[in-house]
Amino acid sequence: MIAPDWSGGLGGGAVLGLAATLALALDGRIAGISGILGGVFTTPGDRPWRLAFLLGLPAGAGLYSVLAGGLPQQLAASPAVLVVAGLLVGAGTRLGSGCTSGHGICGLARRSPRSLAATATFMGVAMATVFVFRHVLP
Amino acid sequence: MRTWLTAFGTGGLFGFGLAWSGMTNPARVLAFLDITGDFDPTLALVMAGALAVTFPAFAWILKRPRPLLAPAFRLPTATRIDGPLIGGAALFGLGWGLAGLCPGPAVAGLVTGAPPVLLFCAAMLAGQWLAGRLSGPR
Repeated sequence: MIAPDWSGGLGGGAVLGLAATLALALDGRIAGISGILGGVFTTPGDRPWRLAFLLGLPAGAGLYSVLAGGLPQQLAASPAVLVVAGLLVGAGTRLGSGCTSGHGICGLARRSPRSLAATATFMGVAMATVFVFRHVLP
Repeated sequence: MRTWLTAFGTGGLFGFGLAWSGMTNPARVLAFLDITGDFDPTLALVMAGALAVTFPAFAWILKRPRPLLAPAFRLPTATRIDGPLIGGAALFGLGWGLAGLCPGPAVAGLVTGAPPVLLFCAAMLAGQWLAGRLSGPR
């Protein structure tokens, strides 16, 4: 087992929770990234809010990178795997109405049974996928 | 202008939290999903840190008649745990396990300018579009 990053994990998680709380308290929105992204094309009236939120994501990560002196981003997957993974993540989050943020952080906080079912499903399938590709196939 | 600013601010805070928690690093996410290998529990701390804020905060906010800056809350209305929810979550989990990227960290991770992340995001948008075409408008 790798030693967890206690301060970054709990502190960063609390910041995510605060951001989701502000989105709900100020603008009445669920901070679900796949939904905000998908809506850019399907609900044009909302576009400025969605684009501003999405622009904020790399801006905030960039601010952290400047303060911390870098942003580790180790991505081992080949281009072909990245395309397949991206298509699956895009299609899956559209069909399943959410991702780690919308179902995981916001939906669970709303005590939504749908979000609990979705979160258990994508966590379980992702763990099974890693198990197969790291420990069964090689 | 005001919604634009709050959206950028909350998105920025969200991106900062993703970066601080290490979730913009796919290797770290895959290590969490690799429960039988070199397991890294940090992602569980991130969820715990986020839910520690959103669980009490959402309950309190949703008792209010409306958000501070918008006329009404915009919340998901579906309640049924159905095929698209579980099937979509499973597809998402498969893609997440393949690359270690989910929508938030992928968009926030664009700040590094790494071509693989850009490729993943392009495929993710294509996947959302394809699923939208196949399942009809949401």
